[in-house]
Amino acid sequence: MTIRVLFFAYLRERCGAERRLEVPDGASVGAALRLLRETDPVLAEVSLRVALNRVYVDNTDPLHDNDELALIPPVSGGS
Amino acid sequence: MYLVTPDPIDLAAVMADVAHPGAGGLALFVGTTRNENEGRQVEQLEYEAYDDMATSEMAAIGAEIRRRWPVLGVAMVHRVGVVPIEEASVAIAIAAPHREEAFAACRYGIDTLKAQVPIWKKEHYADGSRWIGACHAQHGHDAQRDEDRG
Repeated sequence: MTIRVLFFAYLRERCGAERRLEVPDGASVGAALRLLRETDPVLAEVSLRVALNRVYVDNTDPLHDNDELALIPPVSGGS
Repeated sequence: MYLVTPDPIDLAAVMADVAHPGAGGLALFVGTTRNENEGRQVEQLEYEAYDDMATSEMAAIGAEIRRRWPVLGVAMVHRVGVVPIEEASVAIAIAAPHREEAFAACRYGIDTLKAQVPIWKKEHYADGSRWIGACHAQHGHDAQRDEDRG
């Protein structure tokens, strides 16, 4: 199945804003992260939260076809 | 009102959004862009948001505020894109029957927004730029620092 992966801030500058990722059926968020880190070692160096379909989730959450997985580097909104 | 916008924040509109006949007070926090951070001169600030999630996270914070305090109105607006120095990057307004809960809820709102709403700030200097909150992945610039003192 295929998911969309979104990158923000400095990760967007390094990895691009969005890409599609093929993952095995039944794969977890953590499995997708492992695949991403194989192709982009920078992702292994940073502390990340992940959001699935715009909600923060854990690595154990299951993925579904066409899910939107966002890699959230430490946020810094405000002033 | 939970909004991410590239436009200047209309503070009168934010306050009007929470106005309520039962309110005895309205607390408004406005975060403005500063020309200095950790001794470095900041020439320009830029914000990026995961727009859809940012507004839904703001709404979740608003719902939590309503659970914790008897507030009558909650509004949160964050500006994105380039925000010139001195201008508002974020505004939070709370209307409540009494000032105590208005201040408390407003404080909780901005603190929680800064911790969990997916928005990122980039500082531009005369000699480079840096995403705030980022770790050592940024080529050519500083590693993470404890930047945010409000």
